[in-house]
Amino acid sequence: MAYPQDAAVQPPALRIDALGKKCPLPIIMLAQRIGEVPIGNVIEVLADDPATKTDVPAWCGLKSHEFVGAGELAPAPGWAFRIRRSY
Amino acid sequence: MVYFDAASAEPIVPAARAALLAALDDGWADPIRLHREGRRAALLLEQARERAASVLACRADEVSFTNSGTTACHLAVLGAVLARQSQARGPGHVVASAVEHSSVLNAVARLEDEGSRVTLVGVDRDGRVNSAEFAAAISEERTVLACLQSANHETGTIQPAARAARACQAARVPLFVDAAASAGRLPLPEGWSLLAASGHKFGGPPGVGLLAVRKGVRWKSPLPPDSREGRRVPGFPDLPAIVAAAAALEDASAGRADADAELRELTDLIRDRLPVLLADCVVHGNRAFSLPHIVTFSCLYVDGEALVTELDKAGFSVSSGSACASEAAQPSHVLAAMGALTHGNVRISLPAGTTRESVETFLAVLPDIVNRLREAVSRWV
Repeated sequence: MAYPQDAAVQPPALRIDALGKKCPLPIIMLAQRIGEVPIGNVIEVLADDPATKTDVPAWCGLKSHEFVGAGELAPAPGWAFRIRRSY
Repeated sequence: MVYFDAASAEPIVPAARAALLAALDDGWADPIRLHREGRRAALLLEQARERAASVLACRADEVSFTNSGTTACHLAVLGAVLARQSQARGPGHVVASAVEHSSVLNAVARLEDEGSRVTLVGVDRDGRVNSAEFAAAISEERTVLACLQSANHETGTIQPAARAARACQAARVPLFVDAAASAGRLPLPEGWSLLAASGHKFGGPPGVGLLAVRKGVRWKSPLPPDSREGRRVPGFPDLPAIVAAAAALEDASAGRADADAELRELTDLIRDRLPVLLADCVVHGNRAFSLPHIVTFSCLYVDGEALVTELDKAGFSVSSGSACASEAAQPSHVLAAMGALTHGNVRISLPAGTTRESVETFLAVLPDIVNRLREAVSRWV
């Protein structure tokens, strides 16, 4: 998994730390806070529950937000997911 | 209690129960001995084999009984590859769908550890394997085995196994069909080379698997030699359970159309009503190609384990592919391969004889349970 290039240059407007939290908590945090960023801006979720690898993109599909991509966190296991608020 | 977990184990059917009790009296002896008791046991065993073979539409000597569907899958995969590799130059290429049962994927992973090249073919949003991708994978050089389930155990999605079989025949690659989810429910896809099924999934007792290897398909036991079960499965067989499983398989496949129509109506009811009754609930798969008795859905913002526990308290036994509800603490590889939401997942699989009333009651209690759990979990954030 890697960020598309444009996402790498645009810093996230908000970062959510969901490390150590099991699904569905990271998804609930994302849903509760995406409204805090302006439409078109990117929100980043840090998470290490393996279920988030599937559930963050699946949530974006269900809620019609744009899943920008995911990068692996180094050295700690986990991922940084980026989501663009669409509406 | 209402039991909605037939895909884990179908309650034992009366025909199987009667056969089991009779075989406990007549089939306890060692069927390979030459004495009277042994011959009587051997007769029961061979009758069971004939009955199973007739439902599977293959020859009796192609069928062996194992102690589980998992063992049958392990033996099918490892034995087919072992037989073909001994004649090839070193390890070959093995193809399987990404949504096979864990027993198949674990056997394939073992082969990969031992040097085989493995291709896992992905699925679409409904959990269906792309036939063109599958055919392309098996046409790669030195492919020694292809594995495709007849239907998926978690979503009920029916796979294009007959089309895969035609591609395999053209490429001269043996096809292993894990038919555990559909045996006794659907006619088997034509053209399989090896097949596995599991007795407790069609109303037999636990502890019986079926392994079938077609004549002319090369297969070599990955275990030390043993004379039993056509030299394919070692050890003294559980004869009463085998006799009962064969009776269950026959019983399941007879009168299937009526039973299926009833179950289909009930899973359709769940598919139609759930999204109306419950916000943020996704029903997976496509009813146009799914088993009649299975329906799987995920509820956003709910912990799957909590949902299974609350449903159990409310009197409904269901299973879940969510990570916290599984022993591996990993989300379902099937849901992940489909790109489907893995948390808040519930699989409903209806046993024969499920009443419309029990499904209506389930649909009446589920929304409250889900909404209560959503309120509780949102306080944790």
